[in-house]
Amino acid sequence: MSTAVAEGKTWGGGNQPLKASYGKMMMWFFIVSDALTFSGFLAAYGFSRFKFIDAWPIADEVFTHFPFLHGVDAPMYYVAFMTFVLIMSSVTMVLAVDAGHHMNKAKVTIYMFLTIIGGLIFVGSQAWEWNTFIKGDYGAVQTKGGNILQFVDTEGHRVALKDFVVAEEKYRTEHNRKDGLWFVQEGTLPTYTVGEVVKGLEAHDNVLVRTQIINENGEKTVLSRAESLRQIKENGTLVVEGANLHVNEYGSPLFADFFFFITGFHGFHVFSGVIINIIIFFNVVLGTYERRGSYEMVEKVGLYWHFVDLVWVFVFTFFYLV
Amino acid sequence: MAHEHKLAIFQGLVKFKSNTQKIWGVLIFLTIVTIIEVALGIVKPEALMAKFLGMKMLNWIFIILTIVKAYYITWDFMHMRDETKALRRMVVWTAIFLILYLIYILLQEGGYVFDVYDNGYIKKDF
Repeated sequence: MSTAVAEGKTWGGGNQPLKASYGKMMMWFFIVSDALTFSGFLAAYGFSRFKFIDAWPIADEVFTHFPFLHGVDAPMYYVAFMTFVLIMSSVTMVLAVDAGHHMNKAKVTIYMFLTIIGGLIFVGSQAWEWNTFIKGDYGAVQTKGGNILQFVDTEGHRVALKDFVVAEEKYRTEHNRKDGLWFVQEGTLPTYTVGEVVKGLEAHDNVLVRTQIINENGEKTVLSRAESLRQIKENGTLVVEGANLHVNEYGSPLFADFFFFITGFHGFHVFSGVIINIIIFFNVVLGTYERRGSYEMVEKVGLYWHFVDLVWVFVFTFFYLV
Repeated sequence: MAHEHKLAIFQGLVKFKSNTQKIWGVLIFLTIVTIIEVALGIVKPEALMAKFLGMKMLNWIFIILTIVKAYYITWDFMHMRDETKALRRMVVWTAIFLILYLIYILLQEGGYVFDVYDNGYIKKDF
């Protein structure tokens, strides 16, 4: 081989040192950058958590619901189910890729379809999680300093506001745009006022206040009866039911903010993954890749889909387990 | 390229006959790991509550199991095992280096802010 030919091969683009196609390599580039984005979010979550390490909500006490099982304490079972659904849809995806290597159109079609179904189940489950989280179930009182006071009975079981507080007639109604200043609007008013909570607490001797502070046993601190009354009377400013970006009955508002942001961003990835999968699915059905002679497009979208699964594995650990 | 798959996992301890079989094998493994994680999360054994390097043993176990899962998803589902060494290292080590750096900086800073609050210089409980 003459020098000129060797040079042409080396520098003229004839080499393929990574032995990967352009599309696959670009997908890997994207995945690395997206992985760094998610790490940024999760690391920021870690930062906030370390900042409030002695007062962070305990995930087991927040995510305790399972669809159709009301009042059953089922910590994490539903997220575990969601994780399994996503891993399962990853498996059908990789089976679709494998069938694509064998140019088996029928099998690719079936496996792509199952992947889409898995993705939809996951997104639906996430919507349900959000709904449960936003609604909340026990209610709490926020202090002037933004700390959350929750209520427990003498055995340490959580007590909902509706179990001991009586709502009185209110003169204050929710302000809507049509009633007054058209450029001002407010959110839903809490069912109870702090005054009513104080009355309810005074009338029920067995209700105690639980603060955010985690004690040596890894449990939230429960105050004495006298201290409970004092805290609510002196510091209680707002009744909180459920969670939004400003307040959150489970504890630090940052917890809800990160929950919405990280699971929301991940859910958006799953959603866009489903859309891309649907497009590829129709291309498979129409025989585009059969004509092209290669199912590499399925492989590329598969990489993205697995990545979404990969991110969930980390979100699951850092939001629900650790 | 991708047509020949490496069919052995666990350093060659388990060898599969076909790629499809390997996929199911990895699924079973990932499921077992997830079940262990959830079981530990619910039971929370007292023995694992001891602190190790500033964190509970249990949390270390969760993080290690997560990385194990991430490894098998990347290597077998995303076919990293079949790519060239150069591509694999470019993707994996770049991400790992940057992520470790980011985590170190942010957690260190978070711990510092906690100490500032905790030592009473700034009041947050009122």
